[in-house]
Amino acid sequence: MPRQAITLEAGRGPGPSLSLGRVLVYAALIAAAVFFLVPFFVMAITAVKSMEDIRTGNLISWPRQFTLEAWSKAWDTACIGVNCVGMKGYFWNSVRMVVPSVILSTLIGAMNGYVFSKWRFPGSETFFSLLLLGCFIPFQVILLPMSLTLGKLGIAQSVQGLILVHTVYGLPFTTLFFRNFYVTIPEEIIKAAKIDGAGFFRILRRIVLPVSAPIFVVSIIWQTTQIWNDFLFGVVFSGSGSQPVTVALNNLVNTSTGVKEYNVDMAAAIIAGLPTLLVYIISGKYFVRGLTAGAVKG
Amino acid sequence: MSETRTRGPRTGGLEGILPRLVLAPTFVAILVFVYGFIAWTAWISLTGSRLLPNYKFAGFAQYLTLFTREPRWWVAILNLFIFSSLFIAFCIALGLILAVLLDQRVRAEGFFRTIYLYPMALSFIVTGAAWKWILNPDLGLERLVQQLGFSGFTFRWLVDSKMAIYTVVLAAVWQSAGFVLALFLAGLRGIDDSIIKAAQVDGASLPRIYWRIIIPSLRPVFLSSVIILSHIAIKSFDLVIVLTRGGPGYATDMPATFMYAFAFNRGRLAFGAASAMVMFLAVMALIIPYLYSELKGTRNA
Repeated sequence: MPRQAITLEAGRGPGPSLSLGRVLVYAALIAAAVFFLVPFFVMAITAVKSMEDIRTGNLISWPRQFTLEAWSKAWDTACIGVNCVGMKGYFWNSVRMVVPSVILSTLIGAMNGYVFSKWRFPGSETFFSLLLLGCFIPFQVILLPMSLTLGKLGIAQSVQGLILVHTVYGLPFTTLFFRNFYVTIPEEIIKAAKIDGAGFFRILRRIVLPVSAPIFVVSIIWQTTQIWNDFLFGVVFSGSGSQPVTVALNNLVNTSTGVKEYNVDMAAAIIAGLPTLLVYIISGKYFVRGLTAGAVKG
Repeated sequence: MSETRTRGPRTGGLEGILPRLVLAPTFVAILVFVYGFIAWTAWISLTGSRLLPNYKFAGFAQYLTLFTREPRWWVAILNLFIFSSLFIAFCIALGLILAVLLDQRVRAEGFFRTIYLYPMALSFIVTGAAWKWILNPDLGLERLVQQLGFSGFTFRWLVDSKMAIYTVVLAAVWQSAGFVLALFLAGLRGIDDSIIKAAQVDGASLPRIYWRIIIPSLRPVFLSSVIILSHIAIKSFDLVIVLTRGGPGYATDMPATFMYAFAFNRGRLAFGAASAMVMFLAVMALIIPYLYSELKGTRNA
């Protein structure tokens, strides 16, 4: 029942009477909020400054003049290593990589979860444990064989290769999400349907899928964030035409040739972070559910 | 098997093997891409492969070199210990404190939660880029404090080989503390109110109730947090690469960056594979007992 683990409503404590204690609580909460917000504020404010402004001002000084120059440069012409093509191509590489891997891993995970929860067979629990362990392996231990295999398959350094990698290593997570969600569907309903003669797909279509929307959202959000934010697979398995946005951002901020343009770095960082940030802001509740799934037993 | 009987007449034998059929692709994929590949890496680690893999058995020579003749590996291990202990301690302290504060029926709780958790949505690369700029030895924090009037202030941790590892800790805590907060908050909300009410009737003060009753009952959450954070720590790669590239020199190397450097940049496949195997075994030693107890718990529940 790990599903109902996250109910973050209604706290405890003395209630809203104003006292010194309450003031201290709010002061601490606000101080923490500042700690978490300042880096983003610095990024945003740096990205709208000119380099002149950056050299004369400081991290949090207000820009004397707002300019979007850094943004257009970051998107179109910034030098990523030796290629001065901006982030845009890499951004689309990430999109081309994320969309198919999220769809594939979520759909397969949903089917797996359905079997693991409602159609168990001898050995299925053992397989589930083996799969679960796959969530935890440090990926360093599969990097070398994977890069040799991608080479053999002829999809080394391609977006297709990255899609394969992200789909396969996403499956343990998506399967876990759906399995844990589907075990909460009462067994009696499934049994009754079976007695009425409903089979595998009919039960899936009529009983399971209609209640699955929340877990699909959790899985899609989790996978989108994970794959968009991935760096390890991106840096190991991609080539010049398929590098995702995280690899490009790293190459940009670590380029040591020429004058360092911190405003361009920060604009590029926001561009790379914006998609997942938007996902989080729009659907925070589901994002948190994905994060804590499996970590807390309900 | 009454189920098979009721199903049988309608759909025939296919229905019986359908569940297995559905799992088959995943089964094959996991068998090959997880377990097969681990075995493959183990094999490579027992050879003398350099730029290209060869499969001639060479014993445990790579592991021996790793632990006895490679000072850089010990730097990586030491850094991992420094990083993990500080990272885990700060994340748990910050996460727990914020969770308890948020649990005091505060206004705008959702608003605060959203702020504390947003770094989790960002890539470590984005986080690293931001902190790299904030900690910039010339124009970053140092300049800010100097302009505030402390003209002698210096802050150059990022390029100081003794201090650089702490910049990685700082950025990692900033990114992950919100996650621990979410775990603790969920744990707090799951505690039975009646125990606390009883303690209040007995005249115990709120801090005392938290310290003596509530926090001890969060033991499982502590355990989950430590396991998950250690796991993040052992795998940490992105943040090190973007913040310090493992430098200055190899002062902030960690096992994951070490493995990458040797396997992919220096063309020492077998040596890199050996370091990957050590990482793998360390993670398994941590995870298997945890998973075992978790799974046993779920089944009994």
